[in-house]
Amino acid sequence: MIEYAFPGLLNYWIVFLLMMIGLYIVIAHENLIKKIVGLNVFQVSVFVFYISMAKIKGGTAPILADGIEVYSNPLPHVLILTAIVVGVATTALGLALVVRIQESFGTIEDDEVREKEEQDK
Amino acid sequence: MTFLAEHIAVLVVIVPLMAAPLCVVMRCGVASWGWATLVAVGNFFLSIVLIQHVMTNGTIVYDLGGWEGPWGIVYRVDEVGALVVLIISAIAAIVLPYAKESIEREIPKERHYLAYCMMLLCIAGLIGMAVTGDAFNLFVFLEVSSLATYVLIALGSDRRALTAALRYLILGTLGATFYVIGLGMLYMMTGSLNMTDLASLLPAVQNTGTVHVALAFIVVGFGLKLALFPLHVWLPNAYTFAPSAVTAFLAATATKVAVYALIRLIFTVFGDVDPLESYGVRPAVMVLAIAGMFAGSLIAIYQSNVKRLLAYSSVAQVGYMILGISIGNAPAMAGGIIHMFNHALMKGSLFMALGCVFYVIGSVKLEDMAGLGKRMPLTAAAIVGGGFSLIGVPLTVGFISKFYLVQGALTEGMWPVALLIMLSSLLAVIYVWRVVEVMYFRSPAIGCEERSEAPMSLLVPTYVLLGAAFWFGIDATFTGDIAMSAAQTLLGGSK
Amino acid sequence: MMMRRKMVLRVVSKLLIPFILLFALYVQWHGDFGPGGGFQAGVIFASAFVLYGLIFGLGTLRTALPSWLTRLVLAAGVLLYAGVGVASLMLGGNFLDYDVLAHNPLHGQHYGIILVEFGVGLTVFAGIITIFCAFAGRAAADVNPSEPEQAGDTGND
Repeated sequence: MIEYAFPGLLNYWIVFLLMMIGLYIVIAHENLIKKIVGLNVFQVSVFVFYISMAKIKGGTAPILADGIEVYSNPLPHVLILTAIVVGVATTALGLALVVRIQESFGTIEDDEVREKEEQDK
Repeated sequence: MTFLAEHIAVLVVIVPLMAAPLCVVMRCGVASWGWATLVAVGNFFLSIVLIQHVMTNGTIVYDLGGWEGPWGIVYRVDEVGALVVLIISAIAAIVLPYAKESIEREIPKERHYLAYCMMLLCIAGLIGMAVTGDAFNLFVFLEVSSLATYVLIALGSDRRALTAALRYLILGTLGATFYVIGLGMLYMMTGSLNMTDLASLLPAVQNTGTVHVALAFIVVGFGLKLALFPLHVWLPNAYTFAPSAVTAFLAATATKVAVYALIRLIFTVFGDVDPLESYGVRPAVMVLAIAGMFAGSLIAIYQSNVKRLLAYSSVAQVGYMILGISIGNAPAMAGGIIHMFNHALMKGSLFMALGCVFYVIGSVKLEDMAGLGKRMPLTAAAIVGGGFSLIGVPLTVGFISKFYLVQGALTEGMWPVALLIMLSSLLAVIYVWRVVEVMYFRSPAIGCEERSEAPMSLLVPTYVLLGAAFWFGIDATFTGDIAMSAAQTLLGGSK
Repeated sequence: MMMRRKMVLRVVSKLLIPFILLFALYVQWHGDFGPGGGFQAGVIFASAFVLYGLIFGLGTLRTALPSWLTRLVLAAGVLLYAGVGVASLMLGGNFLDYDVLAHNPLHGQHYGIILVEFGVGLTVFAGIITIFCAFAGRAAADVNPSEPEQAGDTGND
């Protein structure tokens, strides 16, 4: 049913839906942890974008074997493995910063942090 | 010697990259400082070898792992690339000797080794961005340098450094991810990630919506990283609250490398497409650049923290670089490229001078700097010298870049643009004058009139960089020639 | 400690951990010519230690894996990766050109990829452990307040 509505493009609709959800969370939420969660959703949408792009209908896993002609493109998988590593490092660093913000400001709500920053001036 | 000449393109990246983990093993502040300084100075000499090699033998193409492009990752260093590598490693070699005293004052002792480790990783990432010829590899190096940058900013002594770092992390990651989305679309259309290969494959598909959207994502992504107005919101706080040595290093290198990456993407990868012209986005980019020049300068005028003032001035200076790109003829392009080099010199020396101020009086607020001309005459003189360059007084580097830009604008008959460049320089006069006025014509607060200069280990690097800012303002043949020939190559497309 | 009484968790985790480690080693050493590799193996290997830390407490984990050791492994992994590259430079090839590592290119590629993947595995393992301990240590009265965040583990993949 949905396939008929967006022939062949369903994965891109999902990707952009996820992307917009992630971006919305980053922009709209005041809680810093939620911002980082949003950032993750945003990044995952890109992972899905690359991986779904690499899929070929009827193709198998990209392992050399006899009798297999069609297989998925392995390069995006490798690229995304790298991007996932980067994402893990970014998330860990972001969360570590949130922990330290909680320790020195006593809150992780962005608006309250801003208020306290104003007082520092 | 042939070994060096053969592998120079990769050596400039792996030397700092391999040196960084050793700092973690040492875990001793002084030792890792010595090590990092040694590596930075060594890398500076390597980058001199690199630029000489490129100037005599032309563009270097280096196949990593022996896999030729477009299948493998290649490093591709042309003249501008070599110049950018030279900027990064020179600034690093000057900032690291300076960093010892400054970091000892501003960062708790047990984190010193971490600061030097991150500094080396940041250098490796930035140089990697400049030398790589693979579009995805560019993203990896972008993230290596960015992650190191976030940590470095968070090391600042003020608690607002943490929020500045987190906000930069969020925006920086968004920017980098935007770039990956754009790159994914290009890959989808062409099946290649190699920059030169992309350049030859793109014209065939240039009129598809996917490529248009891809370019938009790429430009916005890098716009975030290089603090193009109005995507600059992360920059002022990040520069203000980072440790002084870190600010000097980042202000002099990070945004410039992002500008260079954008130049390569627009003029090499999209070279034959000429996106500014064929997609009709030239006016939009130009308006943003000019808006950045004015908004940055205007906001700078009203700042009471001098570090923040200079940070906003950086937003304005990035505007000049982008303006040079958007005008799009050889002199203006050369002006943009030369301004990357020149701005690194002047902003680096200014932020280092501010580091001296912070070292002695513990503050960089404008009101605390009253009477600085009497209290710290050498430092104050350095700030004035750097300020002259920001304004663009003749015989300083700032003049050279503006000269090229105005020339470029006039060649195209865009005299209003030329006029706006002059006008924005007047705004620079105002904010520099505010600092000068406070330093020289206001008497110091009661009880701190005595003369106390920063130690020589801080002053000497500051003056070395400032001296370079005057040297290349008086004799601009070296930078001018490289920038001019580079501009002509870039505008000639990748043919 | 509550965990002292969770008999089922303790026994099951003790049974599971050796198999997790074994699987990680399988993924590591078969990652050269088959699916697998250092990143996956490093994470699986680290997950065994994370499980151990969750059940028996951070202090016990840190006895088994002191912080100087994880730091050393973290650096050693990156250096092993880059060292393979430098070795191939020294043997006359390009950076990371595995062909020159052995008497013929096929064996060279084999050795090169195994060593590089092992470097990745070491660094990822140590990185995950460091991240886990840095966050877990925060809650428990700041055992080591200055534990660094890991930006290093992006450096090699």
